[in-house]
Amino acid sequence: MRVTAPSRPPSAATRGRARPRGRQALLGWLYATPTAVFVVALFAVPLLLVIRMSVSRWPLLTGNQGINAPDNFVKAVNHRFFTDSVVFTVKYTVLATVLLLALGLGLALLVQESSRWNNLLRASFLIPSALGLASASLLFYVLYSPYASPLAPVLDRLGITFLGSPTAALISTTFLIVWRYAGFYMVLMLVGLQGIPADVYEAARADGASRWQTFRKITLPLLRPTLALTTVLCVTGSLLAFEQFYILTKGGPDNSTITVVQLIYMVAFQGQNDLGVAAALSLIVLLALVLINALQLRAFRSEES
Amino acid sequence: MVAVSRSHIADGGAPPSVEGPTRRNRPRGVTIGGIALRTPYWVFSGSVGLIFLAPLLWTAVASVGPRAGTNQVDGWGFGNYETLANYQAGIWRYLANTAFVALLAVALTLLISLLGGYAFARFRFPGKNILFLVTLAILMVPYATLLIPLYVLLNQVGLQNSLVGVALVLTMFQLPFSTFLMRISFEAVPRELDEAAMVDGCSTFSALWRVLLPAVKPGLITVGLFAFLTAWNDFMAPLILINDTERMTLPLAVSNLRGQVQGVVDYGATEAGVVVLALPCIVLFLLLQRHYVRGFMSGAMKG
Repeated sequence: MRVTAPSRPPSAATRGRARPRGRQALLGWLYATPTAVFVVALFAVPLLLVIRMSVSRWPLLTGNQGINAPDNFVKAVNHRFFTDSVVFTVKYTVLATVLLLALGLGLALLVQESSRWNNLLRASFLIPSALGLASASLLFYVLYSPYASPLAPVLDRLGITFLGSPTAALISTTFLIVWRYAGFYMVLMLVGLQGIPADVYEAARADGASRWQTFRKITLPLLRPTLALTTVLCVTGSLLAFEQFYILTKGGPDNSTITVVQLIYMVAFQGQNDLGVAAALSLIVLLALVLINALQLRAFRSEES
Repeated sequence: MVAVSRSHIADGGAPPSVEGPTRRNRPRGVTIGGIALRTPYWVFSGSVGLIFLAPLLWTAVASVGPRAGTNQVDGWGFGNYETLANYQAGIWRYLANTAFVALLAVALTLLISLLGGYAFARFRFPGKNILFLVTLAILMVPYATLLIPLYVLLNQVGLQNSLVGVALVLTMFQLPFSTFLMRISFEAVPRELDEAAMVDGCSTFSALWRVLLPAVKPGLITVGLFAFLTAWNDFMAPLILINDTERMTLPLAVSNLRGQVQGVVDYGATEAGVVVLALPCIVLFLLLQRHYVRGFMSGAMKG
């Protein structure tokens, strides 16, 4: 092999690139076929079906009963929990996003220098993110219970509960989410921080900038792409919150912690069993999400220019 | 003594300019003053680290500890795990179901993203960009929006209440991340490598199998790890697609376990369930930490 290879004419070495176009396209499609099959069968077709379901009467048990547009959308918007769930989801999203981004950045700054101790810290911040959201919710379900919690005696004396009131339930659930995801956002922030050239900091130090000034005038502006990415990720994730509330609060107390996705699940499978209305709700959520993400990206981009 | 010897090393050591340009704050030498200055930092950062570890440690300890109202009333032991083992179809059943879903999803994700990443990185074909964009668009669509029609569709093709159906759905949700990561993994490999193989008479497939596969192995490990963690832990897909207790996955079973015993929640068994759920994930995380972090980072590069 080693003898024959160099003896080939140089034109042969470029044969790979000069493969006939048609053959290349055919091979490309061949390798992309599994992806295409999955994307079409499990993504494109369901997406079209959900549009059709949203304009059809579609009970869970009997299936398609024909077009009834726009009844499902009217029913969805007039659902007694619709407004409450939208307001609650937005409230939760703002709270979770602000806390997660601030903590993610804070933790990243805390362990930014590379040392053994900091590697240990990074790992301990990241371990919760290896757990599933359902496992984490179950863990805190026990931790927050008035009977099994290690904090139970303290809480009993103070007369407070973790999940007893709407505000407490919101804060407790947000704490769980911060615990589970802070490490993830820390890693993203660390990547962003590493992208800031060191000489910018040195120049600032030479000019006598204080730590706070350096942070405000250098770190934050240069971190904007990372902040944009993390904001979009965090807002999207929080708007679609389900497991944490389904497991931890079951929407209670007094239906005060129902998120939009939980409402979709309730309408589809718990009691009402109306897939048509659930499909209409899901489409509303999808459109809202696309719109919100587009607005966020535009906001971050216009700030840049 | 320590202070003296350290400062001596610092004097004789590398000049400051050689210190990596990426290091922003030069680490302070281990002088007595340095230790005094650093102690508040160690105490503070250490307690923050403990906040993250404490819930896990407490759950692990409490799951074998005594508590009224559980199968482990006094003394230490595995009573709670016995409750878990005998719950409905039994924990082995649920573990087997979960492992089946997770391994099938991992195998499918690896296969599809290996071939797909190769196609997107090395070939030109009509519709390539559209297919790639549509694959990434899966990220934009809420889970619930797709699970409702998927519930109907899987019913129509006879995959209702089926673990295979769940694995297929989870594979699809994993495709944006894995296809993207495999594409950039292939693109990072120099083209000369597979072109040389093809000059030597390899087909595109054997070039992929013999030459490129070893080169993209780290990418595959990351993809497989994330597919496993997602599939092992997923709650919503089995919640909607499975309604037979025999076929439930572990997260669903542990979640249902609460409140089954005469309306009283068995917290001990729930703790045991959390430990069983979390253990494989934490072990994998500790073994493959580097790959895990790289997965997050590739997402950040994209932004």
